[in-house]
Amino acid sequence: MTTVDLTIPISEADIRALRVGDTVRLSGVMVTGRDAAHKYMIENFVRATAVPESERALYEELRRLLAGGIIYHCGPVVRQRDGRWEFVAAGPTTSIREEPYEADVIAHFGMRGVIGKGGMGPATLRACQEHGAAYLHAVGGAATLIADTVKEVLTVYKKDEFGVPEAFWVIRAEHFPVVVTMDSHGCSIHDEVEALSRQALERLLG
Amino acid sequence: MSELTEHLVELIRRASTELPADIEGALQAARQREQPGSPAESALAAILENVALARRGPAPVCQDTGTPIFYIYHPRGMSTGELRAQIEAAVAEATRRSYLRPNAVDSLNGRNSGNNLGVGFPVIHFTEWGEDALRVDLLLKGGGSENVGIQYSLPYDPLHAGRDLEGVRKVVLDGVYRAQGQGCAPGVLGIAIGGDRGTGYVHAKEQLFRPLGDVNPLPELAALEERLLRECNELGIGPMGFGGQTTVLGVKIGTYHRLPACYFVTIAYMCWACRRARMDMHDGQVTYV
Repeated sequence: MTTVDLTIPISEADIRALRVGDTVRLSGVMVTGRDAAHKYMIENFVRATAVPESERALYEELRRLLAGGIIYHCGPVVRQRDGRWEFVAAGPTTSIREEPYEADVIAHFGMRGVIGKGGMGPATLRACQEHGAAYLHAVGGAATLIADTVKEVLTVYKKDEFGVPEAFWVIRAEHFPVVVTMDSHGCSIHDEVEALSRQALERLLG
Repeated sequence: MSELTEHLVELIRRASTELPADIEGALQAARQREQPGSPAESALAAILENVALARRGPAPVCQDTGTPIFYIYHPRGMSTGELRAQIEAAVAEATRRSYLRPNAVDSLNGRNSGNNLGVGFPVIHFTEWGEDALRVDLLLKGGGSENVGIQYSLPYDPLHAGRDLEGVRKVVLDGVYRAQGQGCAPGVLGIAIGGDRGTGYVHAKEQLFRPLGDVNPLPELAALEERLLRECNELGIGPMGFGGQTTVLGVKIGTYHRLPACYFVTIAYMCWACRRARMDMHDGQVTYV
């Protein structure tokens, strides 16, 4: 287990060097996205025959931000001060809800990872292996601690349509702390813990 | 804004930004039990640092400020309609001050109301009691932990769980196993035995107001709470599901009468950010617990 500093955009070699249990401090520009955002990306971009004209500008922007980039599963508490947005509290939300979408989103945009909590399933793990990405676990509920590492809110998309928690917030972070719990070599801490707890459960049920 | 509304805004601020002392103490003790440098230990260290930062802010301990769930105990003759109006005003104001994230979403069109007010939102339970005072208990319950709550109907054949406390023990262990780290472990379990499907969850959540050190007055339930606390931790799921010694911080069980045909065991899983706060108001004097 080592501690690594990485800057977004991240190279494939840097992601492939990570192993489960490693601690990473991430810096650079990332984008928040959760349930509504994933459904939207899949329907309008990933599985669409053509990107709707009205969504083209946002599509190009997301392509630019997510190449080698990171989506953060987060619905923040925000505040506006002198016309600028700030993150007040910004811990991760449960990632498994994005399992039906994430593998395709990673492949489509050439992402290097997602940040969330609780881990994800086999499709995402396979996408991490195939495309060189990792699942980065933030501490659930550590909302103020993480908000402190968000130095700037650059812009927000779809706030009025999706609401504050579900919008795409484009943020610049410095030393955002995460643990690698699914790596690009097919290893998942979540699978290991589930298997061990299954054995313990069976013993306790008698 | 009325005086009571101001007091309620303060109650919401406390619930959202100040973790109760017993929960923080249990998290500190949990940290001591983990191997230094392990993912479990660093998760607990981050949690504790976050709790201290939130208190200083003041800022929400967790960005998912959840469903505000109020349990109101009011004296005879007090208008519950008026209390509801004051609570709604306080919730909207607390949202404006960023103590709460706007969390009320229209289930049909997906629109967020922006102020935490909506149909059935916030949740308020009223009980008239024999005291002169008004008591307001508030729980902020986030979605991650709410999603892993589960209700079993006994007998539950897959686990050979019958209609007795041994059956209850089995399904609770199964529920915690299924939750893994998804509910932001280490969590607190509020459990109801009995009731119908609706009151089961109401009573299970009521258990979450009991301090961790509270001992159940019924000896058989006190024994089960203690045993389940030990055995849930033997599952080894650990903080955030990273593996480790502490999977739950407390287990609290209550019972309701049930139908002869029904035996529900309802588990309300609360994340480590067990944000509960209490306000008592008597003769215009307010105390917060």
